[in-house]
Amino acid sequence: MKQKLHEIKERVKDKKWAPAFNAIHTFLYTPNEVTHKGGTHVKAADDLKRTMNTVIMSLVPCLLFGIFNAGYQHFGAIEGLPQDFSLFEHFITWRNLVVGLTTVMPLLIVSYGVGLAIEFVFAVIKGHEVEEGYLVTGMLVPLIVPIDTPLWMLSIAVAFGVVIGKEVFGGTGMNILNPALTIRAFLFFAYPTWMSGDKVWVHGAVDGLTKANTTDAISGETILGYLAQNKTDEMTYSLSEMFYGFIPGSVGETSTLLIALGALFLIFTKIASWRIMLSAVLGALAMGLVFNAVVDLGWIQSYSKFYSLMAFDFWKHLIVGGLAFGIVFMATDPVTSSQTNRGKWIYGFLIGFISVMIRVFNPGYPEGVFLAILLMNVFAPTIDHYVVQANVKRRLKRAQHAKIYPVNEPAHLETQTV
Amino acid sequence: MPVLSKKESKLILDPLADNNPITIQVLGICSALAITAELKASVVMAVSVLFVLGFGNVVISLMRNMIPSKIRIIVQLIVVATLVIVVDQTLKAFAYELSKTLSVFVGLIITNCIIMGRFEAFALGNGPWRSFLDGIGNALGYGVILVIVGFFRELLGSGTLFGAPVLGDPIAKTGLYAFGYENNGFMIIPPAALIVVGILIWVQRAKNPLLIEEA
Repeated sequence: MKQKLHEIKERVKDKKWAPAFNAIHTFLYTPNEVTHKGGTHVKAADDLKRTMNTVIMSLVPCLLFGIFNAGYQHFGAIEGLPQDFSLFEHFITWRNLVVGLTTVMPLLIVSYGVGLAIEFVFAVIKGHEVEEGYLVTGMLVPLIVPIDTPLWMLSIAVAFGVVIGKEVFGGTGMNILNPALTIRAFLFFAYPTWMSGDKVWVHGAVDGLTKANTTDAISGETILGYLAQNKTDEMTYSLSEMFYGFIPGSVGETSTLLIALGALFLIFTKIASWRIMLSAVLGALAMGLVFNAVVDLGWIQSYSKFYSLMAFDFWKHLIVGGLAFGIVFMATDPVTSSQTNRGKWIYGFLIGFISVMIRVFNPGYPEGVFLAILLMNVFAPTIDHYVVQANVKRRLKRAQHAKIYPVNEPAHLETQTV
Repeated sequence: MPVLSKKESKLILDPLADNNPITIQVLGICSALAITAELKASVVMAVSVLFVLGFGNVVISLMRNMIPSKIRIIVQLIVVATLVIVVDQTLKAFAYELSKTLSVFVGLIITNCIIMGRFEAFALGNGPWRSFLDGIGNALGYGVILVIVGFFRELLGSGTLFGAPVLGDPIAKTGLYAFGYENNGFMIIPPAALIVVGILIWVQRAKNPLLIEEA
């Protein structure tokens, strides 16, 4: 198989669409080329493409969970959620799988189809190899949008995100903003009615399916949505449901457990930075603690519109909404995050900090993590600049205070011994 | 003999494309971002700037030998301010609704960098006829971009052109809206204008061999 692919590759080498073929060829196999005629230096397999594949593997559990959860939420909204929940009776069932596949798969196919088509076109025009950056973006996009996002909207957003978010800067590795989040931000500002509110998170809710023969339309409000409207009493989800992810939300971001598993996998394979993840968690906890303290000190009254979100236990911020997903898979994007170790701590901390701040202070944006990450993407180079400058200053200072011994000392010693 | 000599017609045609005040010189961006959400406002703004810049250039050119160079900026400001007030009052008298939409941006024509730029760079050193042509050319170059941006932003953002629905009725779900199409709210907000102008610059630089920079 590998040899055959190599032969085809040799044949199309000078054709114009060679990059398009090369992209497929090196997807899973190491290229046959060696750097040296003697064959001593094989080109390493852990290139960018392999990195991307690792991230995709860590996303698969979230995708599978999202597929089942789509069906679970859909039927839960129609028939009411089951009283005594059992994983295999109510969650991993054929009908959930069918609903999930028919709703999630089109999102995935459109995301990859449109995005890769644009990547291939740009590669052929500019005459370089197809860049692998879209592999992960294409997987992330369906996971961070509401389940019933119309496909034409998604394709416009993907085209916008890939062209304006990435290609205008020079393609993979040159982009300032995370392309997946650019796509989400575009959707959010262009079609706000499809991206927030209580009608978009459950499949079928927009069409107004009726709930078990009553005339109530399906309402699939997210937990943050309840909190933003001060409707804490109406929220019936338990803590374990929030953690395991049996709640309405964007397709793949509900299960904190599986996101944490993905995070461990990424840290273990040294693909993503644990510094960013840890500092972002700390940032979110810090901001949450500040808000909790404000409530405990009685500085805010319960009729305030911020009260529910401020009183929300600080550590629970991590298990609701897209914060965990954003921290693990978006903030750690090696291209758009800070590059220096100290910079990563600052960058991550501010992402967590600002995310929770946007959540609480802007009820119009129940989830602020994507805005926080985009904002810090813009500041990442500035953070790096000051970290590097601080290091330069520190070392200059050390050099100034250093004792410089006379250079002729060894010679002097020598003459003595002689 | 043609009405305009070759050099004179260049004064009008150059700013339309190769030396466009917005896409090449990147001047007058603020108003281009602020008022291009509707095509009507864009056209009115373009015409206002056409008037102010055309006549302002002539006035400055006529006075150019009398203005002491130390106070020339103040004199220029007075000329622009006078013309802008004429435009503003005319709009308030005959098109009150439009003047509401444009709000402060008519007044802010005074600070439009294109106008002061042309006074300084051209009218102070050329005769009235040429200054007039230069003013008209630059204002047209500015106006063309405004109208293009306004066209796309109103069409995609509101589904209308000059306020008339062209894509169907979004509430009654006719036309395109019957197929699930929706207006793009992103196009209404000013950052969208920045992106549309950016795309125009991209297209222009890619097409025009004069503007391709060496890598």
